Amino acid sequence: MDPETMNPVFNDFSIHIATVNGSGSQTANSVLLRAIFQMGIPVTGKNLFPSNIAGLPTWFTIRVSKDGYIARRRHNDILVVMNPETAAEDVAAMGPGSMIVVNDGIKLPEVPADRFVYRVPMAKLMESITTDVKLRRLVVNMLYLGVLAEQLGIEEKELDAALTAQLGRKPKALALNLAAVHAGMLYAREHFEQSHPFRIARMNSTEGKILIDGNTAAALGAMFAGVSVVSWYPITPSSSLVEALIGFLEQYRRDPVTGKATFAVVQAEDEIAAIGMVLGAGWAGARAMTATSGPGISLMGEFAGYGYYAEIPGVIFDIQRVGPSTGLPTRTAQADLDFVANISHGDTQFPVLLPGTVGECYEFAQAAFDLAERLQMPIFVLSDLDLGMNNWMSEPFEYPRQDLDRGKVLDDEALAKLAKFERYRDVDGDGIPYRTLPGTRDWKGAYFTRGSGHDEAARYTESPEAYVRGLDRLKKKYDTARNLVPMPELIETPGAEVGIIAFGSSHGAVLEARDQLAAAGTATSYLRVRALPFHESVAEFVRKHARVYVVEQNRDGQLSDRVRLEVPERAASVKSVLHYLGLPLDAVSVTEGVLAQEKVTVAEGVTR
Amino acid sequence: MSTPTTPPASPVNRVGLTRADYDGAKTTLCPGCGHNAITGGIIQAAYESGLEPHRVAKLSGIGCSSKTPAYFLGHSHGFNSVHGRMPSIATGVHVANKDLLLIGVSGDGDTASIGIGQFVHLVRRNVPVVYIIENNGVYGLTKGQFSATADVGSTQKSGKANWLQPIDLCTLAIELGCGFVARSFSGDQKQLRPLLKAAFAHRGTAVIDVISPCVTFADHEGSSKSYAAMKQSDNPLHDIDYVPYFEDLLVDYEPGTTREVRMPDGSHIYLKKLHHDFDPTNPDAAFAELRVARREQKVLTGLLYIDPQTRSFDEELRLADMPLAHLTQDQLRPGKQVLDEVMRAHREGSVAAAAGGG
Repeated sequence: MDPETMNPVFNDFSIHIATVNGSGSQTANSVLLRAIFQMGIPVTGKNLFPSNIAGLPTWFTIRVSKDGYIARRRHNDILVVMNPETAAEDVAAMGPGSMIVVNDGIKLPEVPADRFVYRVPMAKLMESITTDVKLRRLVVNMLYLGVLAEQLGIEEKELDAALTAQLGRKPKALALNLAAVHAGMLYAREHFEQSHPFRIARMNSTEGKILIDGNTAAALGAMFAGVSVVSWYPITPSSSLVEALIGFLEQYRRDPVTGKATFAVVQAEDEIAAIGMVLGAGWAGARAMTATSGPGISLMGEFAGYGYYAEIPGVIFDIQRVGPSTGLPTRTAQADLDFVANISHGDTQFPVLLPGTVGECYEFAQAAFDLAERLQMPIFVLSDLDLGMNNWMSEPFEYPRQDLDRGKVLDDEALAKLAKFERYRDVDGDGIPYRTLPGTRDWKGAYFTRGSGHDEAARYTESPEAYVRGLDRLKKKYDTARNLVPMPELIETPGAEVGIIAFGSSHGAVLEARDQLAAAGTATSYLRVRALPFHESVAEFVRKHARVYVVEQNRDGQLSDRVRLEVPERAASVKSVLHYLGLPLDAVSVTEGVLAQEKVTVAEGVTR
Repeated sequence: MSTPTTPPASPVNRVGLTRADYDGAKTTLCPGCGHNAITGGIIQAAYESGLEPHRVAKLSGIGCSSKTPAYFLGHSHGFNSVHGRMPSIATGVHVANKDLLLIGVSGDGDTASIGIGQFVHLVRRNVPVVYIIENNGVYGLTKGQFSATADVGSTQKSGKANWLQPIDLCTLAIELGCGFVARSFSGDQKQLRPLLKAAFAHRGTAVIDVISPCVTFADHEGSSKSYAAMKQSDNPLHDIDYVPYFEDLLVDYEPGTTREVRMPDGSHIYLKKLHHDFDPTNPDAAFAELRVARREQKVLTGLLYIDPQTRSFDEELRLADMPLAHLTQDQLRPGKQVLDEVMRAHREGSVAAAAGGG
């Protein structure tokens, strides 16, 4: 690209920062993200990190999008090279017209002349900032921040404000970091031309909005849902959910005077114990949850089945990562859907909530506790690493408007009015029985909970009839859940032949892909599934569209199989667009996946 | 003195209940099973302690032993969980409602094999549970396979001998800092009952390993946990009396013959020495005695170790006075100003970035 004829690109590009994990780049990256956000420009940040504590390559990608697109882009426009190990590969991935900021201590292979390369003598610049070698290694990241700010046009006052917000409590560190940022800016100002096209210009599209990751949002939701028992075993990428929750609970749910807490957090010995504690606490009447990922969810199968059959409330967050087995612990996927929906041996079906935004992580966390107590069963919230650990822009969350739904619990007062109580009797015809809590004074309320065969009165039985009655009632209860779980979200384009179905963190990429598809002449309607069991509108959507593409982040088309089963007579019209390389979904992959199959369809002359 | 007996004419205890009020469903275990005797012991101890059934939760895992909570305290809530995982259920129930007295029943398979991890961590956390192991050295429900507590040389009915070292759950519990560790024999109600009553009064995990012969699969010659073998090897450390705080009894012992342990609720355990003096507050002594006894193929029974002053899990967690399960929305859901504060922090960037790894 010739800079002479080049048009500037305002607020529409991706910045890819290649560093080494444990090197302290996190502060620089989040300050960069924040500063752009504070200039009113929609922005998202994604961290691609190794399963390692220090010393391995890590990348942070900031997408700046005036149109508000939030998904990962497949290609990046600006690269910051701070890791010698990956430098050659990182640079090779950059296309013509891209911009590369490089620590000049790093040797690069020859870069084609149509890339804009800015070499910064970082080691030399650091000499004047601090004599402490260890600090130099950490603070050096502020130099690329300064260079980027100068070259892109990020306002200095917003950088300073973002840095102050992060480091304000440590004045010494703040001063040092500010000095490095300013040194970077000054160096760029004195030595570089701004021949590249990328520019940041103030907008007004982030007013009032927040930047937050899904795990923090879910933790916040859980606190406002009144969670009182949390048991967990640390596992990436779910740990940050519980850690955020511990932070909130310690701050807002422990009496500052007495030091007493309205919650208990127990770090369990493993995930089996974690879900066991959740069921014990749920049985005794507390709002209890756990969060896990990958191998952790596999371990929970037996107890989940117990919770289903004995009908005990509990909330389980599964922050999905790449499997099977250990898989890629720090990469994202949506491949636990099948497993979680029917986790455990025997006939089991579980409601699964599928948040697609950080706002829904917050809302569905609350819904999950209400549903768990309403339906008396474990409720799964299926998020993923991309949604859970990355920073997303969102409207601020709303304070809950509804009271907690504690479900069908009979206390002493209610029991006094009853001639008898039977734990598993379907009194209301919705498949949901009544329960009592231990500690209830009225002897009528006592019952024996078991995972073995039981009748309506919770007595042990191996009677085939009683077994079938119990299983059929549980199925009825699951049908009741169909209308209680979050409804799908529908965006209809009148006359569109093509429908897209997706769930979870695919949302941002699908929204962007729909615009790309529309520009290519393919109008689409979009149904975002937000829970299992499916609402009846899922089948309607399939019937209404000639071709339906189910977009999901797994190999086997787990959601599309479920969609086909929902509308077997239209199974052939349901196709898959799959993405399972562990990286967050990007719009182009969706667009290409749809268009490739559309061409086939058109060529075959199939119109319905 | 002796175990207090209620006059036959007034068969109610201090909370106005008869012994029958502590019964459960009819047992379905084999006639003569040691577990049935333990069930009877629990019923009697609960009656004599004046437990209120609604304040008790019965918990168990899987196995013959774990069926028994259905056979006692029929007016209490019960939770027969999954194999080896009763400790996690107990932990959850406890933190949700710390006012409940938890009686957990497990077996040697349930505790020493599949559930040993959870057992260890229950004890480590000092979750207040009366944890009764009905220990017969075999898997009864699956027809007689050895468990991890089977003694070396003990045989199955087929004659096959166990050659693996047994796991001593009492030694393990003491090592883990358990504040109440006892061993007993299902055939010795006189010893078992006061131990159970003392365990009910303990604030923390109370482990009682009860040798309980399996009449069907381990009561033959060659089994080290048969009735006959236990009658040979049972070696009580002391005679035990338990005087609850609500019984105003004067105890008069000859000096030097008896040790007295005061429980936090004001109840007392009296340990009258038999063949030699044994100090149940000294874990090192308990280890040594247990090791010697094992070498001599004796089963030491009685109160092996006690520390009534341990801090229980709810105390360490500093839980609110009211059980968590009883808290209402006002106590559980912070006000709108809290959400506003958090939202402001995420708008202004004054929270640490979630971006990990960098």
